[in-house]
Amino acid sequence: MSEPQKADTGIAKPKSFQEIILRLQAYWAAKGCAIMQPYDMEVGAGTFHPATTLRSLGNRHWAAAYVQPSRRPTDGRYGENPNRLQHYYQYQVLIKPSPPDLQALYLGSLEAIGIDMDMHDIRFVEDDWESPTLGAWGLGWEVWCDGMEVSQFTYFQQVGGHDCHPVSGELTYGLERLAMYVLGIDHVMDMPYNDPQSPIALSYGDVFLQNEQEYSRWNFDIANTEMLLKHFEDAEAECAAILAHPVEDPKTGKRIVMAQPAYDQCIKASHLFNLLDARGVISVTERQAYIGRVRTLAKACADAFVQTEAGGWTPEAVA
Amino acid sequence: MPDLLIELFSEEIPARMQARAAEDLKKRITDGLVEAGLTYAGAAAFHTPRRLTLALSGLLAESPTLREERKGPRTDAPEKAIEGFLRGAGLTRDQLQERDDKKGAVFFAVIEKPGRPAAEIVAEVLDTTIRNFPWPKSMRWGEGALRWVRPLHSILCILTDEAGAEVVPLDVDGIKSSNTTEGHRFLAPGRFPVSSFDGYVTELKRRFVILDAAERADHIWQDATNQAFANGFEVVEDRGLLAEVAGLVEWPVVLMGEIGADFLGLPPEVLQTSMKEHQKFFSVRNPKTGRIERFITVANRETRDHGATILAGNQKVLAARLSDAKFFWENDLRVAKTEGMEAWTAALSNVTFHNKLGSQSERIERIAALAREIAPALGADPDLAEKAARVAKADLSSEMVYEFPELQGLMGRYYAEAAGLPVEVAAACQEHYSPLGPTDDVPTAPVSATVALADKLDTLTGFWAIDEKPTGSKDPFALRRAALGVIRLLLANDVQMDLLEVLSTSIASTLQDLGFSGKLFEKYDIDASKTKSADFYAQTELETVHEKLSKDSILKLAHDQMLCWEADGSKVLKPVEDVAADLLAFFHDRLKVHLKDEGIRHDVIDACLAMPGNDDITLLVKRARALSDALKTDDGVNLVQGFKRANNILSQAEEKDGVAYEFGADIKFAEAEEEKTLFAALEAAEPKIAAALEAEDFAAAMAAMAALRAPIDAFFMAVQINSDNDVVRRNRLNLLSTIRTTVLKVADLTRIEG
Repeated sequence: MSEPQKADTGIAKPKSFQEIILRLQAYWAAKGCAIMQPYDMEVGAGTFHPATTLRSLGNRHWAAAYVQPSRRPTDGRYGENPNRLQHYYQYQVLIKPSPPDLQALYLGSLEAIGIDMDMHDIRFVEDDWESPTLGAWGLGWEVWCDGMEVSQFTYFQQVGGHDCHPVSGELTYGLERLAMYVLGIDHVMDMPYNDPQSPIALSYGDVFLQNEQEYSRWNFDIANTEMLLKHFEDAEAECAAILAHPVEDPKTGKRIVMAQPAYDQCIKASHLFNLLDARGVISVTERQAYIGRVRTLAKACADAFVQTEAGGWTPEAVA
Repeated sequence: MPDLLIELFSEEIPARMQARAAEDLKKRITDGLVEAGLTYAGAAAFHTPRRLTLALSGLLAESPTLREERKGPRTDAPEKAIEGFLRGAGLTRDQLQERDDKKGAVFFAVIEKPGRPAAEIVAEVLDTTIRNFPWPKSMRWGEGALRWVRPLHSILCILTDEAGAEVVPLDVDGIKSSNTTEGHRFLAPGRFPVSSFDGYVTELKRRFVILDAAERADHIWQDATNQAFANGFEVVEDRGLLAEVAGLVEWPVVLMGEIGADFLGLPPEVLQTSMKEHQKFFSVRNPKTGRIERFITVANRETRDHGATILAGNQKVLAARLSDAKFFWENDLRVAKTEGMEAWTAALSNVTFHNKLGSQSERIERIAALAREIAPALGADPDLAEKAARVAKADLSSEMVYEFPELQGLMGRYYAEAAGLPVEVAAACQEHYSPLGPTDDVPTAPVSATVALADKLDTLTGFWAIDEKPTGSKDPFALRRAALGVIRLLLANDVQMDLLEVLSTSIASTLQDLGFSGKLFEKYDIDASKTKSADFYAQTELETVHEKLSKDSILKLAHDQMLCWEADGSKVLKPVEDVAADLLAFFHDRLKVHLKDEGIRHDVIDACLAMPGNDDITLLVKRARALSDALKTDDGVNLVQGFKRANNILSQAEEKDGVAYEFGADIKFAEAEEEKTLFAALEAAEPKIAAALEAEDFAAAMAAMAALRAPIDAFFMAVQINSDNDVVRRNRLNLLSTIRTTVLKVADLTRIEG
């Protein structure tokens, strides 16, 4: 057994993809974030997790971090491209209100995963964030490490058409890319998933290559577009229908706004749109219209969420 | 007199906003101080990624005391008047002075505004400036309501004089002013105190921050060129990039790296664009091979391995980027060679150009037809021009242009060459977008110029056909630029063309085209899917067009008429010619702007616009230039006077007599010698002018016209038009009429001012 390689700061270099994830989890847990689990639905980015979209609304304070599997059907390359995947992982941190030392906290997380701050050139390069499907925007940067984009750093200004008060600070790490950089790997499929010294060492390719091939084929050529289109319309209709119910639940007599069930349908519609897009059945002009339809849902869900207690609603505020 | 130092320290400010923000800070603070009576000797503003700094020297220590006297009512004026005066002056009665005036005793108010200390004024002005700062985009953070470009962390604000430095107390939404700031984020963390501007600059440098952006840029450029030179290379100059990079770093460290051998075969523009857009790298050329072989990146720090890790990382990222570019390039070349450019053009049928104007491929069809039609006027082969128009936009479907839109055209040229297309066609792919700006080169190769012209004409006629014209400052489709492009293409290539006819044909065929693809029906608010059903014929709006029109007859209609909206919202049919004439007028407006830059007055252009053939832009401009030159001569200026005099007398007489004196004068009624000379001069001038105009030699025509100046002047000196002899009078009026008709053949001098 060789000595673990030491970085100059004394923080040992991680050995695997999963170790980087575990270190991020430990770091943000130590900084007081609730470590959440991935949302159990297909989403295009970590931002879609209700722990970010919905919780960035309203005045309640919040701090959460989690891994979110993200699906981008159009990015499928059958596992052949060294860094493009139709399914990949994002690490997401959301803190509301954004703490004054968020930049320093973020830099600490890079150190925690073995990036030696004395040897690298870290830069904050302007990159405004906008999500037309979520009706959301914010200002911030993409963070560069030696010319490589390792994270997105955003101060949310608006979500679902609502101004954010207080403002949330959001960090998004593209985990595969970041890990490849830290581990010095050129092709994502070659990256060690667990410790290469493990009795059963697994690479990223061992875990995901076949999935990438299967989904690339399905996304691009097989997915039943008529069915997807129908599902899109169903999700859209269900979202509206859920929100149309009176807030008073006749069975329990309680005030229950069903924001998150409605938001589930919005997430579904968004992913179905992405699949339809990958199948090439949405023309350039139609694209805008579909995005607009999803945005309408997102806004309605945001409107509903701010009518819930988690969204800052109080009986006193009404009275 | 104290100096003032302000530093607003924040999280990273976008590079592109820094210089403007530093200037805005300077302007707003100095304006505010001066308005409050605080003048200063010198001001300088600075910016780094994390700070905006303003240094003022020689500020007044306090604002001067202001004393104002106001004259009020007489002492015996009614109580109400005196009360009103007191309210206005903000004084009480015992503070008024009584003075003797011509009218008797009068109240005077002496209002004194005491001076205020500089610190108080600075605090107010800085507070207002921060709260109202004109960032192009600003944000809130945390729980605060303050807006800044990114979170604002600290405010340094000190007044320094011989006695020392003093903090100007200030609290902007919880951010309290102090005399401290930070150095470089990584190389010198922690805060340090500041007591003067000089000390601030020195301390910053000690803490790895070069305050002055120009100094950073100089340093980068010097170091980059030195490193390149030492290795036998040269840096490709890029001022925009230099300014941007200087805005991304506080402590620039220049590092030069190699581009992998695999990528040296990529077109230099691709290397340059990819490195610049994605990585902010400078390109480094090998003068021996002419190729881009190295890159320069600028880090924001020093490291103990002298940047080796940083450079290796950058090199790796670049390799990944260029692998993508190489993949695109090779794929694109394969498509171009095996399937040809047409494969890409076909794919453009899925790309919408404008929802009322159809897809890119429909547009390309129109441009190709138009290019074929106008090719002879530009001396281009119609087949080649049509061919070029068909492939000129093909590269929009290529992977490389999808990734780097700014390479459109250029990639088309490479791919057209690879596809074995004629060199003229390949050149047209690149050049047909030109001229873009008013100083951009105009293509002169016949095929390129033809496609460039057809492209721009189609854009204009298309948007005119669907009634989307520029209004006021709104010109979302850059139609003014397109019209100027047309003008410059026509002039640079000396193209004579009846523009009105070209425009009419083009508008008509666009409408027809849109009709066939159903787009016209959108324009008519008609659901195209219903055109085959009975409902279609029942559409009420068709009744306003005509009773029951079939689709074919609508198309026929579209050929020579189009539906337009009137100001009141009603719909009317207008002949296509009217729409074309409206577009021509738009060209004329652009032409006036263009010629004004050349020093040609608008009334000179008006005088030429009034002439026949004004839709031939080249001819029109020749005439205008000749007239403008003629009007700079003594003969020219005086001829205009003589002409106007003749014209005025004639017009008045014609109005009074109710006759048009157009019968031609007869020399036998001429009495004075000057009159006879004028007869002879006019007789001599007429054929000269006619011949010159026939040959389109406007300078000669102007010269012949200007030669009339002396005989006309002499005639007016010697001869009274209103003779007692009515025959002589009428003959003279007819002679004036000959002057008028002769001159008006050259230009409409009635429109010349002065």
